[in-house]
Amino acid sequence: MNIMNKITHHLSDQLLIGYSAGTLPEAFNLVVATHLSMCDECRAAALSYDSIGGALLQEQPTEDLGAAALSKTLALIAKGSKAAAPAPAGSDLPDPLSAYIGGGLNDVKWRPIGLGVRQAVLKTSHAATARLLYIPAGAAVPDHGHRGTELTLVLKGAFSDETARFAAGDVEVAGEDLHHKPVAEIGHDCICLAVTDAPLRFSAWIPRVAQSLFRL
Amino acid sequence: MRMNLDIVQETGASDRQVAYAAYNSNAFDDQKASIRAVTKTIPKNIWVDHLKRIQTDQDQQAFAELFGYFAPRIKAFLMKSGAAPGMAEDCTQEVMATLWHKAHLFDPSRASVSTWIFTIARNKNIDALRKQRRPEPEELTWGPEAEPEASDILVMQQESEQLSQAMKSLPGQQRELIEKAYFGDLSHGQIAAETGLPLGTIKSRLRLALSKLRQTMK
Repeated sequence: MNIMNKITHHLSDQLLIGYSAGTLPEAFNLVVATHLSMCDECRAAALSYDSIGGALLQEQPTEDLGAAALSKTLALIAKGSKAAAPAPAGSDLPDPLSAYIGGGLNDVKWRPIGLGVRQAVLKTSHAATARLLYIPAGAAVPDHGHRGTELTLVLKGAFSDETARFAAGDVEVAGEDLHHKPVAEIGHDCICLAVTDAPLRFSAWIPRVAQSLFRL
Repeated sequence: MRMNLDIVQETGASDRQVAYAAYNSNAFDDQKASIRAVTKTIPKNIWVDHLKRIQTDQDQQAFAELFGYFAPRIKAFLMKSGAAPGMAEDCTQEVMATLWHKAHLFDPSRASVSTWIFTIARNKNIDALRKQRRPEPEELTWGPEAEPEASDILVMQQESEQLSQAMKSLPGQQRELIEKAYFGDLSHGQIAAETGLPLGTIKSRLRLALSKLRQTMK
């Protein structure tokens, strides 16, 4: 899946370095891997950050291995490889995301969270939360701010908020300073992959109640 | 060092094959002027050929040489990233076994061997130490028909070498910061957005390599 011609909002270098170094929470890695599947611009950047890691590895002072290390490794090799589970075939989503859903958009188990908006939380490590959001055409995600970082990657449709318009493949990186109300464009329902490393802060009390009920 | 001139000596081999074989060989046939021309710009990066030998011939000698060079570095990297010595030892063996099994996925037009090994070691670290899954982007492979051009492989290996050299000449403090970021001593929030990394032209080369690959996939 490569739709980079249209992508205008990319990942930050900070996130790309974190992805390459392996220090991001799993949910963030999922957004990065999904965006990289759609955007060769960022994939090239990520590969160049990997090559920094390669250069560091080469310069490492060495650490001796046990005398039998090579023969043990050859024995491991002889056992064969664990074949990685292939991504579900025929998914309408990039592979890394399909692997977390166990299929395509039709396999998502949506839960309503009010005002027509639906979500599905994906299972990742606890350091951050990943969820799919389904925003009907013209509908809005309630006005909210952020304690930590929120990444929102558009998979289908488009949304706009106070800062810009985001279409398929675009990713919005929202920090603590951003308080926004994403609205899905008229005409198409909008599906996003959103991750946060801290709970969102809603302005109105109804979404706050919903938040406690739905782990928003 | 095993010679790898069999493709060259075939009559009717394309220039590309000749260049590729020449690139993959550290011992060259002096009789062939066209090969000598290519050798001048070839870096002493023997590891690409080692991986190819593992992939095509399951060459254990090549593997042993790679192991001798990289395993002690992988172990050091894993220990710096927080693994106890025993665990680092086990993980290093698993990383090297993965290298054997995945040798066919290595694309020398997109990475140096040390970069590719770094990504395997990093993923092992996330898996074994941090107990997390590691989502990876959709795989882009050349498929059974196509393969990268020799000149693209050459350029990428040279760029990687130049990047290594540039890293060595960084001011101590900056280099320390980069090491910290890559050995997990900095959280992603602490990584400066622009660290002044000497990425030079490697990013645009990679961009070019990806679009060539996309063209063959269409």
